[in-house]
Amino acid sequence: MNVHLKVWRQAGPDEPGDFETYDIADVTEEMSFLELLDVLNEQLVAEGREPVAFDSDCREGICGSCGVMIDGQAHGPQRGTATCQLHMRLYNDGDTIVVEPFRSAGFPLVKDLVVNRSAFDRIIEAGGFITVPTGSAPDANLTLVPKEDSDRAMDAAQCIGCGACVAACPNGAGQLFTAAKLAHLNLLPQGQPERQRRTIGMVEEMENYFGSCTNHRECSAACPKEISIDFIAMLNRDFRKARR
Amino acid sequence: MRTRPSLFATAVGKKYAMAISGLVLMGYVLLHMVGNLKIYFGAESLNKYAEWLREIGEPALPREWLLWGLRFVLLAAVFVHIYAAYSLTVMNRRARPVQYVSKRDYVAADFASRTMRWTGIIVVLFVVWHLLDLTWGTTNPDFVSGDVYHNVIASFERIPVAIAYVIANLALGVHLYHGAWSLFQSMGWYGTWRRTFSIAFAGVVVLGNVSFPLAVMFGVVN
Ligand code: HEM
Ligand code: SF4
Ligand code: FES
Repeated sequence: MNVHLKVWRQAGPDEPGDFETYDIADVTEEMSFLELLDVLNEQLVAEGREPVAFDSDCREGICGSCGVMIDGQAHGPQRGTATCQLHMRLYNDGDTIVVEPFRSAGFPLVKDLVVNRSAFDRIIEAGGFITVPTGSAPDANLTLVPKEDSDRAMDAAQCIGCGACVAACPNGAGQLFTAAKLAHLNLLPQGQPERQRRTIGMVEEMENYFGSCTNHRECSAACPKEISIDFIAMLNRDFRKARR
Repeated sequence: MRTRPSLFATAVGKKYAMAISGLVLMGYVLLHMVGNLKIYFGAESLNKYAEWLREIGEPALPREWLLWGLRFVLLAAVFVHIYAAYSLTVMNRRARPVQYVSKRDYVAADFASRTMRWTGIIVVLFVVWHLLDLTWGTTNPDFVSGDVYHNVIASFERIPVAIAYVIANLALGVHLYHGAWSLFQSMGWYGTWRRTFSIAFAGVVVLGNVSFPLAVMFGVVN
């Protein structure tokens, strides 16, 4: 099939940007969306033009680097799918697909589709860890964890830090990411000693970069890992308790 | 230790304030609606109720003191709610200084969640007009102080007034459809009962309130 790609081009953070439309021929159903961008870039390089800058690493939905807005949705139209896992079988011959970078004050644009998501690293640094003593690994099952708690912690731990939640949120809020990163530690025994400090630190750091949640639920719908907004309620409750 | 911002200075803290002030206002709109159902029991019933509102607290408190206390709490709740809504809106504008150029395709945000500011403003404008019309009588040419039953009927016999009242209450219903769900999320209480509650709450308040102008227009009460 042939598709038209309307891609945001911007040479640098302070340069003006605009959409440019490219025609791509012989697209196969099996191609991933990133492979489509690869084909476009080969085409551009062959023509002696500047390739489109975009982020990618694992290309299997686990690293969180590939997020872009596709037709107005973070990671495109398919639920629970990162851009790299989106396949061209979703599209039809002659489709025009619009690709725009994530837009958020916390994610300054670097070039074309690439944004700087290190605000997420700042949030993790503010408490998204446990201060483990070094030494030999503790025996397995020394600390018992209820099954439901470990299941929920694992659900939260699926977050790959892609930033789609922020990008999708009409308020540009960072709640879903922060909530997931809080919950996977706050739900487990190992996370308890630093629970209050972690919650306060991460929430306050989050507010330095991102907007405020008004419970639209767009984040969860865009999340490639389908993280539940129940974790945001947990963040709200933990912050309230920690600040008491 | 570095100094912490006050709880209300944080955005999450402002959401608690919105939830609690919203809850106070919800309690008020529910009681207000239930109280007004007395219109269906006749003039004496409604007027006596209105008089009683001024007397509650007596003789421990002078006349109208408790009423003024409640009015003060409501005013404070309105102020906190609007101030928090305003300052969080400013924060959210700053969080996305460069808007998306292509059209956004929302999949979860609904009409109610995206119009909270507007439905809220409609409700407040309505409340101001409502006070002028039925509390002070400024906009009600036929106003008789103390005869609440008469004033309500005189007001709703004007068709545009009745229609405006219905529209404002629909806006309130839309605000509560999201708000009465959202407040639990903001406070950190979750479960599927939240949506059921918000639909039931918004439905009861809107049906009750909208019934009054309709009852007057169709001559059920006169
Ligand atoms: C000018 C008037 C008003 C404005 C501008 C306003 C605006 C807002 C906004 C922007 C929200 C945030 C939505 C969210 O975060 O989910 C909200 C929430 C809410 N509003 Fe209002 N509102 C107004 C009046 C009212 C009134 C009169 C009531 C009650 C009868 C009310 C009840 C609520 C409730 C219960 C919430 C949920 C609070 C939360 O999510 O924590 N609001 N309002
Ligand atoms: S919560 Fe979901 S959308 Fe947000 S960063 Fe994590 S994986 Fe991405
Ligand atoms: S490239 Fe790693 S998640 Fe998409």
